[in-house]
This record gives sequence, C-alpha cells and structure tokens, in this order.
Amino acid sequence: MLKIKDLRASVEGKQILNGLNLEVKPGEVHAIMGPNGAGKSTLANVLSGNDKYDIIGGSVDFGGNDLLDLSPENRSREGLFLSFQYPVEIPGVSMVNFLKTAVNEHRKYRNLPPLKAGDFLKMMREKKELVHIDSTLTNRSVNEGFSGGEKKKNEIFQMAMLQPKLSILDETDSGLDIDALRIVANGVNALKSKDNATIVVTHYQRLLDYIVPDYVHILYKGRIVKTAGKELALELEEKGYDWIKEEMGE
Amino acid sequence: MGDQDKLLNEVTQREYQYGFVSDIETETISKGLNEDVIRLISSKKKEPKFMLDYRLKAYRYWQKMDMPKWAHLNIPEIDFQDIIYYAAPKSTPKYESLDEVDPELLATFDKLGIPLQEQKQLTGVAVDAVIDSVSVKTTFKETLSEKGIIFCSFSEAVQEHPDLIQKYLGKAVPYTDNYFAALNSAVFSDGSFCYIPKGVRCPMELSTYFRINASNTGQFERTLIVAEDDSYVSYLEGCTAPQRDENQLHAAIVEIIVEKGAEVKYSTVQNWYPGDKNGVGGIYNFVTKRGICKGDRSKLLWNQVETGSAITWKYPSCILIGDDTVAEFNSVALTNNYQQADTGTKMIHIGKNSKSTIVSKGISAGKSSNAYRGLVKVGKNASNSRNFSQCDSLLLGNQCGAHTFPYVEVANNTAIVEHEATTSKIGEDQIFYCNQRGISTEDAIGMIVNGYAKEVINKLPMEFAVEAQRLLEISLEGSVG
Amino acid sequence: MSDKNALNNATLALQALYLEKKGAIIDNAPDFLNEKRDAALDSFLVQGVPSKKVENYKYTNLVEVFDRQWDVVASKDDANIDVEEVFQCDVPDLDTFTILMVNGWYYPKNDLTALPEGVTVCSLQEAFAHHKDLVEEVYCRYTDHTKDPVLSLNGMFAQDGLFVHVAKNVILERPLQIINLMNGDSDRMCSQRNVVLLEQGSQAKIAVCDHTLSNQAFVFNNMTEVLVKENASLDVYNVQNQNNQTINLSGLNIEQQSNSNVLTHAVVLHGGVIRNNLTINLNGENANASMYGISVADQEQHVDNFTTIYHSKPHCVSNQVYKNVMSGNSEGVFTGCIHVLPYAEKTAAFQQNNSLLLTETAQMNTKPQLIIDNDDVKCSHGATVGQIDEEALFYLRSRGIGEHEARLMMIFAFAHDVLSNLRIEPLRDRIDQLLERRLRGEDSPCDSCAIECNS
Repeated sequence: MLKIKDLRASVEGKQILNGLNLEVKPGEVHAIMGPNGAGKSTLANVLSGNDKYDIIGGSVDFGGNDLLDLSPENRSREGLFLSFQYPVEIPGVSMVNFLKTAVNEHRKYRNLPPLKAGDFLKMMREKKELVHIDSTLTNRSVNEGFSGGEKKKNEIFQMAMLQPKLSILDETDSGLDIDALRIVANGVNALKSKDNATIVVTHYQRLLDYIVPDYVHILYKGRIVKTAGKELALELEEKGYDWIKEEMGE
Repeated sequence: MGDQDKLLNEVTQREYQYGFVSDIETETISKGLNEDVIRLISSKKKEPKFMLDYRLKAYRYWQKMDMPKWAHLNIPEIDFQDIIYYAAPKSTPKYESLDEVDPELLATFDKLGIPLQEQKQLTGVAVDAVIDSVSVKTTFKETLSEKGIIFCSFSEAVQEHPDLIQKYLGKAVPYTDNYFAALNSAVFSDGSFCYIPKGVRCPMELSTYFRINASNTGQFERTLIVAEDDSYVSYLEGCTAPQRDENQLHAAIVEIIVEKGAEVKYSTVQNWYPGDKNGVGGIYNFVTKRGICKGDRSKLLWNQVETGSAITWKYPSCILIGDDTVAEFNSVALTNNYQQADTGTKMIHIGKNSKSTIVSKGISAGKSSNAYRGLVKVGKNASNSRNFSQCDSLLLGNQCGAHTFPYVEVANNTAIVEHEATTSKIGEDQIFYCNQRGISTEDAIGMIVNGYAKEVINKLPMEFAVEAQRLLEISLEGSVG
Repeated sequence: MSDKNALNNATLALQALYLEKKGAIIDNAPDFLNEKRDAALDSFLVQGVPSKKVENYKYTNLVEVFDRQWDVVASKDDANIDVEEVFQCDVPDLDTFTILMVNGWYYPKNDLTALPEGVTVCSLQEAFAHHKDLVEEVYCRYTDHTKDPVLSLNGMFAQDGLFVHVAKNVILERPLQIINLMNGDSDRMCSQRNVVLLEQGSQAKIAVCDHTLSNQAFVFNNMTEVLVKENASLDVYNVQNQNNQTINLSGLNIEQQSNSNVLTHAVVLHGGVIRNNLTINLNGENANASMYGISVADQEQHVDNFTTIYHSKPHCVSNQVYKNVMSGNSEGVFTGCIHVLPYAEKTAAFQQNNSLLLTETAQMNTKPQLIIDNDDVKCSHGATVGQIDEEALFYLRSRGIGEHEARLMMIFAFAHDVLSNLRIEPLRDRIDQLLERRLRGEDSPCDSCAIECNS
C-alpha cells in the first residue's frame, strides 16, 4: 500500500529526514516512535503534502501512485488521512458544511454522485456514535473553541467520515486525558479492517496499549533505525530513548 | 505556491452572469444636462410644480459643487454632458396588467430570476422592478394596500400621494448633502416609494430590483421609505447591469424615515457589472443612503453585500435622533480584479441611550482596492449611547489593498465607543487543512471566505443569504495568491 | 482644495511676517537653512494655514491659532538670558547630559565637555560649520517641506536648533536631556530645527522637556529629523509642560534602517494647543518602532497626536499605544495611520488609542487608520472612548476604598500602563509623580514643572 524509499526532506533549510524507508501493507498497524526532533511530524507532514516541507530525494508509492506527485487534496481522495497534531480553527465554517464538501469531493473523485442531504446526515449520525463525539460539536465551526480532547476526537470523527485506506495519527495522544485517549483509540480500532492500515506516530507507549501495533519503528535523526514487534515499545518505555543513542554509538 | 497562484487566478476570473443586453425598445432623451433637460424629465413624468422646483434648486446647487476627491478611489474624469439622463422602456411606463408588458422585458426579469408574474414569485416577496430608472411593474400592490401599505413606483407616488412625497422628500438626504445627492435630486427618474402606516407589520418582504439596460445612460433612482409609529418592514434591493466596455454612472438615493417604535430592515445585494478582468467597463456606483431614527425606540438596520461595480462609493448611514434608538450596519464588500470600493457608514448619535453596531467585512482580491470608511459621532446630549464597530479585512493575493478609515468623535462622557479592526491574509494552513480533506483550493477559499462573511450574511433574509453566498464564491473565482 | 485655504488671513499674516523679517532671519542663520526658505514659503502659500476642511487638520484649527499678529525675534540675543538663575532640574537621580535651548536657539553656556568620545552635541549652526557632511546626510533628506504647512513654516522661520551625532557602535549610557525653554516679555513665535544621526550599532536615549519660563503666549514650532542607521537604537521621550497660552507644534520625523530600534514617548501635561506630528519610516528589514503617548488635559487644552508609520520594507514591527485622559473643556485628538507598502511582507503593526472622558464637556476625536497594500501582514487597530469600568470601581469600593480615591486609582492605572515601557527609570518615576499630581488636580503648569523657575 505504502512504500517509502530513501525519503529525504527538509524544512526551512534544515534537513530532517535522512533516507527513510518504510513499507506498510493493508491491515497493518505501524507505530513510529522516537525522541523529540527525530522527524516524526515531518514524516506525517511530508506524506500529506504540506508545502512547507521540501522533498530532497527518495520516493513514496501509495497504492501504485507516486504520492509525492499528488496535490494534498488528491492524496486525501486517494485515501490518505492525517490526524493533525494541532488541528487549526476555521471560524465561521460549520462542521457540517465542511464535511459534506469533503465527503462529496471524495465521492466525485470516485465518480460517485453526491450524497443526498438525508443520507449524509444519517452517515454523520452513525459515525458520531462510533467515535462518541458530542452532537453539539458538529453544529459549531471547524475546531473553533474546541478543547484539546474535542479537537482530537473531531479528527477521528472525520477519519470515520472519510474512510481512508491509510491513516496517519500524528501525536494523537498528546494532551489527552485517559478517557479521551480511550475514546480516540476505540474509534481507531473500530475503523480498522483488513483493507486499511494505520500509522501511529507517538512519543509515548501509552497509546499503544489501546491501539496495538504489528510493528514498532524507531525513528532517529530522520531514519528508521530499529524495527520490531510491539514489545519494542515496552522496551522503550522502560529504558527511554538514551538506550538507542548508545546503541547508535553516541 | 505557484500552483495556488494559478488556481486563484482561474478562480477569480469567472464571467459575470448577468452581462446580457435585452432588446427592449427604449425612449431616451439626448445626451447632456441643463435646465431644459430637467424640465423635460419633469414634464415627461407630468410632475407637480413642487417637484420641478426641487429639481431645479438641486441642479443649481450641484453646478456650484466639485466632485468629491476624499475617498480612497481613483475615479477617472466623468463627463457629465456625455450621459443620457433619461431612458425608459417605450410605451406606457406603468402596466396595469402583465399582458401589456413587453414580453422581452418579462423575459429579462425571468432571466434575472425575478419573475414578475405574482403566481411565479416566491411567496412573501413583493417586487418593484426598475429598469433604466423607470419602474415597470410593482407586484402584490393590492395585497399590500389592504393593510394600508403603499408600495409603488416613485413616479406614481408623486402623482397619487404628493402630500407624502412633499413631506418627506429630501428629509434624510437633502440635495445639499453631497455632489451625487444633488445630481440625483435634479435628474432622478424613478424608484420606489414605500409607506407603512402606524402599527402595521408588513406581511411580506418588499423588494426593488434595479436593472440598467440601455447604454450611455446614467441611472438615477430614488427610494423613499416611511415607517410610521410601531410599524415594521423588511426591504430588499438587488441590482445588475449588462456587460459593456463603457463605464456607466449610477447615482441613487435611499431615504428612510423611522418613526416611534418602528423598525426598518434594508438589505442590499449589489451586483452591478464590475468590469472585466482588465478593469474595462463596469458601473460607477455613487450612492447616498441615509435613514433617520426619528422617534424614540425606532430601529434601522442596513445590511449589504457588495460584490459588483467598478467603483463603489457608498455609506448607508443612520441618524439616531430618538431616545433608545438602535441602528446596525452589516456589510460584506468584496472587490476583485480592478474593482475599487470605498464604503462604510455613519452613525450619528443624538438621542439618549442610542445604540449602534457596525460590522464590516472587506475582502480584497486581484488588483483591487477595498476601503472601509466610517464615522461614529456622539453628540453632547447623547447620554449613555453605545457604539461597537468591528471592521475586518481579508486579503487574497499580494497586489490588492485593504484600508480602514474610521472616524470617532465623542462629545459625551457617558458614551462608550469601541472600534476594532484587523487585517489578515487568508490562512494557508486553513487551505491546507481543507486540501488534506480532499477539498480543492478554490472550494476551500470559497468556504473560508463565506465563513468569514457569515456573521453578516446571516443577517440577510433567507433568499438573499443564499444568493449572497453564491455571489461571494463566484466573484472570488480566481483570486488568491 | 488647498487653493481655497491658501489666501486666508492667517496665511497672509504669516507671509507678511516672513517678508518683513526675512532680512534679519537670513543674517542670523546659516546658508543651508537660508537656501530652502523661499521654497518653503512657496509651498506654504500653496497649502496655507490649514482650516478644518483640510483632512490632516480636521480636528485642530490652526486658523484660529494664526489669525492674529505674531512676532518673531530673529536674533540670537533672544537666547541671552541667565538660565542658571532660573533653572534647576529637580528630578532626583536623573543623571543626564543637560542641554538647554532657549526660544529655538542653542543656549551658549551649555557645558558638554563631559560627553564621551564619539558623541557630538552642538548647535545646528555650529554643526553646519564643522560637520556639514553629517548634517547633510539627514537635513531635508527624508523630510519634505511641501508635505505639511507647519513644516513649511519651520523651513521659513527656523534659524537654529540642536545637532546630535552618535558615532558607529558608540553606546551613550547617560541620557541626553534637552530642555526647550520659552522665555520673553511679549508673545512670540519660536522655530527650532534639530538633526539627530545615529550611526550603525550606536545607542542613545534622549529626554526632551518643553517648558515656558514666562506667562506669555508662544508658538513653538519644533521640527526634529532623525536618521537611525542599521542596528542602532534610539529612545525619545518628550514631556510637554508649557503654559496653557502656548501652542506647541512639534514634528518628529524618523527614518529607520534595518535592524534598528526606536522607542518614542509623548507625555502631554500642560500646553494650550498641542499638535505632535510623528512620522516613522521603517525603511530597512527587521526594524522595530514602538510609539507611546499619554495625554492628560483639562480646562481649554487641545491635544492632537498625529502619527504616520510607513512599513516600507519586509519583516518590520510597529506598535503604538496612545492614551488620553480628558477633563474640563479639553479636546483630545488621535490620528494614527499605519501604511504598509507593497512588498513589505511579514509586517506586524499594531495601533491602539484608548481615551477616558471625565467631564461632560470634554471631547475626544479619534481616527485610527490602516492602509494595507500587502497581504502577508498582521495589522490591527483599536480605539475606545469611554469611562472607567464601573464594575472594577465597585470592587475597589467594596474593599473599603472611597469612591474618589478608587476612581483616581483606576485613572492612574489606565495612564500609568503606557509609561511602563519608558526606559529611564528616574524619569519614569518622575513622570508618574507628575501624572498623579496632575490627576489629583494638585498642580499648576508651574509647580509640576521639572524646572523651578522662581516665577
């Protein structure tokens, strides 16, 4: 589904990704962990097409397409979803209008007719239940005045609405209390299928108690330096990141 | 960013939809302006003497005036002798039944989405259709007259209600007010008149639809609304013009008198032809609008969505004379390509406990220039009066300008006046967020701009709000960089 | 439009005054200033004394000010008083280099031998003789006499003033204190022209105190041109405390190069008609300007702060906060214009004017303006006119503070807020003290003055 080869990228003239390789297959959950500044958020942003990040080299294949060649919206329409670390507030734009537009753009991309208003509202209702999002949130402007937890829940709700093939959760756990964390994780698990995949980008092991990864990768200085099963996360939790630094000969 | 620029350009350069010309037989008088022309206009309209006298006084005053230069506008020299001051669809200017109406005319209004057949209309909206400064048809007159409401063309009102016209004409906007008001007072050809008697709530929205069709003509219409004690009316105004390479002058006056406890809501969606993407053609829109909250507890609301015209010069104002009066000005002004707008309001507080609110949202794109100009004046006796003004500007692209010129004059120490303004560009992070959800940049811009303008659009009557939203999106096509 | 004002009586009177005194003015002034005089007259005649119909003087009626006979004393002898007898700066711990100016003239007995190396302070006349190149770098380079009638008047009448130069990388720790004194036994108009040049990486703080030593009516037309070069830093604090017959027309025109930093304060306590024209051009990247003002006025005082800030280059920051406390029949005006030019991206500009009206007959007119010709900016402005917060007042009172005192506390807090940015501590304390006395109504122009003039 996703094949990243030797990906190198920089932001504001500073190279962050230094030849990153990663392959994700349908049905898999990958966790990418690493210390601050390792390039975790850069990876998420580069994959979703944020133009503040410059690609220096490498390739990314997404379902047979050259991902790096696609506009951000087409990446989305192709089934890539990013749960932002800091979802932006968009005053005056209602959630309903926002999502209806998004869902119908996705449908148009697949040559499907737009959803009827009734069907769309029904879909919203179902998905809201799935992620336990408060009904009143969808009556408000996008993320405006949302608490940190509400914003993250709203991200997962949008993920449910857009049914992506590949979801990247960028530090979705940061700033969440344990209840919100559980709700978010349950939402992610409920959306999981054999056809889609998830990349969980996180600093802490905590979220991985709820979203169990098939693989854990350690990102360090812009490269994946270690890959193992879920037990690696526990090891990291116990030993901290210094152990990696030592192993890297520093 | 390069791609975004391109997209924005594509988006902003969509064509004006109402640019067609109708083939209507038109009666015009020859170009130019002098006292004989004014006498001719007056006699064509069979006006009583007081009207002619008023016109002549205004004309003589106008001759002594200079074109105002203070606005943040670049106005090319206008040759006032090169304009036709009277153009009207031929035959009887007022039709008793729709069967008499030139089918081309009916088709024109159908095409504009303003069917004149009552059965075809949106229920709850009465329309006065004005083409080239002459009212051609007023709908629902009978229904309204049952309640004692007068809603007719200005010419008709001059004939049938001369006492009311004489009493109120020039009371809110005297002909001495400004250059264009004087010009309009001298040459205006028609417009709408509306009178709501004491205690009556007008059961439907009243609407005037203005259309310029003939070429080389100026459009000078005049609207007068009188709301007697404890009455209520909501008034809508829409306008379009054909697409032409020449610039056409539109100088209108709207006067509103609000008596004790009455409420008037005046909404405008201004969509005169803005000129093409190179700034050729378009309407020069110089309009004087003013309402007087005369009686205690009276209320006046101006709502406007301005997307059209090559040049807009317009400051719908309120004079709050009565105690406990309330006034609002809500505006969205969008300029694109080479459009220029200098618009805003004046709130003159004279009565005690008077309250005014100003919300202005400017959106500039292309190479346009968009200015808010406003005055909030609190007189000595206006104790406990309040004003809050919020003027925001949104810039789309790096070749446009957004300007804010508020004047605040306070001479009462119990008044509270607050003004806030911000200027910012459209958020790249907002666009990116929408992109990531699969929404194209142009749709994202449309959504964000509509969100930004929502506060004002929500104040419009439903049918207008939908229209305004669509207009904003269309007008913006091709604009961000 | 200007034609209509050009030939009003006030304009004609000033033209006549100039022509009558021209000989004496020229005889007692350097060529440099003389060369521009007639051109200044020409541009003055085009503009005329501005009536209220002129947009920039809409709220300050100079026709009223000049519609009478004014006199000028075109001779240096005007400065010939024994200032030591009347001057004593009583601000405790205010350790400054003091420079006196009398009626627009450099006071001949100023002792500046202690100035550190690299710092030059002298009369403008002397500067023309000895530092011609430096003066030429600034004088009329960024200032255009045709742009403002008050400026034209300065070009016509000014014969002397102050010159300040700080050499490259020199940091002047001790502030310069310039004391502008008005003195004389008859009403008169005094004009002064100053030039300040801060070279690359230099730093200076200048405190300017405007005073009157006698009770006559003066027109003080004081124009200062400043060039702050790359990476230099300048503070200018102006305390205006003249008698209420006096008209103070003050111009401060600052050109800033990249990475420079300017802080200005306008503290208005006394004076009849005060008009402060402040223009700053941020003409280099990453330049930063902060402008503050506090005006406390009563009786028939008229205070007009008129600021224009040009963001000409990218990445500059400007910040303006002006506050007014108006009582009696006083009239306050604030006009501030932020002008962001095309290509000045990443501009951050902020402007605010807050005013309190304390009496029924006090007035405030405010006109904050934004002219923005670039989209990549963060600009905002705000203006409020009102009274002190009744809820907060009640809170104070509920804690046992008397209403009058509570009100004073609130007003003082309102005014003091602006002063927190003043970077000469003893001066700040002194101004605080003056403000408080002023607000309590305990002072007259004389006893709140930093100078004890024995009069």
